[in-house]
Amino acid sequence: MAISEPLIETLEARDLVIDVPGRTGGRPLYLRIAPGERWGVLGPNGAGKTTLMHTLAGLRAPRSGEVRLGGTPLSRLKRRALARRLGIVFQAHHDDFPATVRETALIGRHPFIAPWQQEGAEDIARAEAALERLDLTHLAERELSTLSGGERQRVSLATLLTQAPRFWLADEPTNHLDLHHQVAVMELLAEQADRGCGVVMCLHDLNLAARWCSHLLLLYPDGEACWGEASSMLVPAALEGLYGQALTTAMVDGAPVFVPRR
Amino acid sequence: MADASAHVVRRARRLRPLAWLALAALLALAIALALGSVGIAPDELVAVLLGGGDALHQTLVLELRLPRALAAFGTGALLALAGALMQILLRNPLADPYVLGLSGGASVAALLAMLAGWSLVLVSGAAFIGALASTLIVFGLAHGTGSWTPTRLLLTGVVMAAGWGALISFLLAVSPVEQLPGMLYWLMGDMAYAGSPWPVLSVAVISLLVVTPLGRTLNVLARGSLQAGALGVAVRPLEWTLYLLASLLTAVAVTTAGSVGFVGLMVPHMLRLRLGNDQRLILPASLLAGGTLLTLADTLARTLIAPQQLPVGVITALLGVPSFLYLLSRSR
Repeated sequence: MAISEPLIETLEARDLVIDVPGRTGGRPLYLRIAPGERWGVLGPNGAGKTTLMHTLAGLRAPRSGEVRLGGTPLSRLKRRALARRLGIVFQAHHDDFPATVRETALIGRHPFIAPWQQEGAEDIARAEAALERLDLTHLAERELSTLSGGERQRVSLATLLTQAPRFWLADEPTNHLDLHHQVAVMELLAEQADRGCGVVMCLHDLNLAARWCSHLLLLYPDGEACWGEASSMLVPAALEGLYGQALTTAMVDGAPVFVPRR
Repeated sequence: MADASAHVVRRARRLRPLAWLALAALLALAIALALGSVGIAPDELVAVLLGGGDALHQTLVLELRLPRALAAFGTGALLALAGALMQILLRNPLADPYVLGLSGGASVAALLAMLAGWSLVLVSGAAFIGALASTLIVFGLAHGTGSWTPTRLLLTGVVMAAGWGALISFLLAVSPVEQLPGMLYWLMGDMAYAGSPWPVLSVAVISLLVVTPLGRTLNVLARGSLQAGALGVAVRPLEWTLYLLASLLTAVAVTTAGSVGFVGLMVPHMLRLRLGNDQRLILPASLLAGGTLLTLADTLARTLIAPQQLPVGVITALLGVPSFLYLLSRSR
């Protein structure tokens, strides 16, 4: 008699084929993202990383298969209930209307506040703490349109930190960030995983992935995919095949470092 | 403790502008009641409103000016609110209540009714049906094979509006000369057609009650449909609600006053420049400011070249365009 019911809440992809326009086949994904795990998604441009993230967040229907959160298919969860347990940082932002940094962090509490209620002291405190954590307190009153790309990216992460879901999806969280803030964001994601969150992030930087991810999913442009623990996935030949780019490998501080060869 | 007081400060920051706008609205209504062919002094106006005063003034204020002023206020309020909702729906600060071809549909139907020699009530009814028909056509076409994006809705609406525009020109070209002034006044918006103010006022109050609890959700929707979905907003049902509500508000406004331009575009935009983009403030503020603007504009429309009356849409544009450009150039 096997244990069939998961005792811990997981985010699962079952027989999942994502709906990438113009792609016919694709290997079905069976992923099981558990609390404490840090999944990295690697792949060249157009491999479907963003589509996968949107599908895992329930924002885009898969071509086949399903995504389950805590055993329940996402399609059967109410959006609001889902947003309390799973959050996502997008790659693109739509700042068509003016808004301040503080207001933007605070909308992370939206799924927790009833329609007739105002944001309370606790909500504001959470937003302030998130701004502090991402070095944004001094920018709290600034308009989004006046921020640099990296600052805007950190505001998105502050919104997700304010939302504080169990599962974190981050589509290129280090986009536009300087070196120090790249490390700070990876530290933040690792810290969330240590506190019992499941984290999935799309990355373009192999070295960040090698240092911070516990598991990796490699997505190929033709829909092929392979996944597993990071140590078993960081094979130079596989990575060279993934990007079509020759690599040199070195070991630094016990982690492999990959440098593109000319 | 500090957090709790910050919370109170935030709420007060929302209420103060609304208090000022409410005061401005009352002032505009008072001016509308006092000005006209016979001027009425403030103390006399108070006496009339309390049920006393001169009998002629009684008739002037209570039977002629008050219904018209309230109708103008209600129409302006509906147009501004519809504009604010359309801008969120289309995620485009430049959207207005007419951008999706609503006023075009209403105008074509109203002009046809005028050509047929129908009474004023029937012309209004035709305008209402025309506006709603245009809404359904645009919605059905934009819905298409299932992919429904703000851009697609906007494009469908703009093209429909152009089509209606051509039909309007055609109708004007073939209409008898003696009917043209009435038609042109209707097209530019004219409160002289307004009947009872209660339809617009009651729709304004009801719609405010409907959208007030949606305020924070609309703030999230303004960040784009993906972000809103990720934060727990049921995007598609909300967008349908917004679209139908804004269409209904516009249809009622157009039915009351013809197609008054600029209010729905400018009022929410000017308020956003000054007050930020919290819909919980912008929506009621739009209602008050839109009503105030149209009340003042209509007062000018009937007094500037009295006893001649101007179409109120001309005044809203003449007042609105320079003040809008001024605010825009001063904003960062």
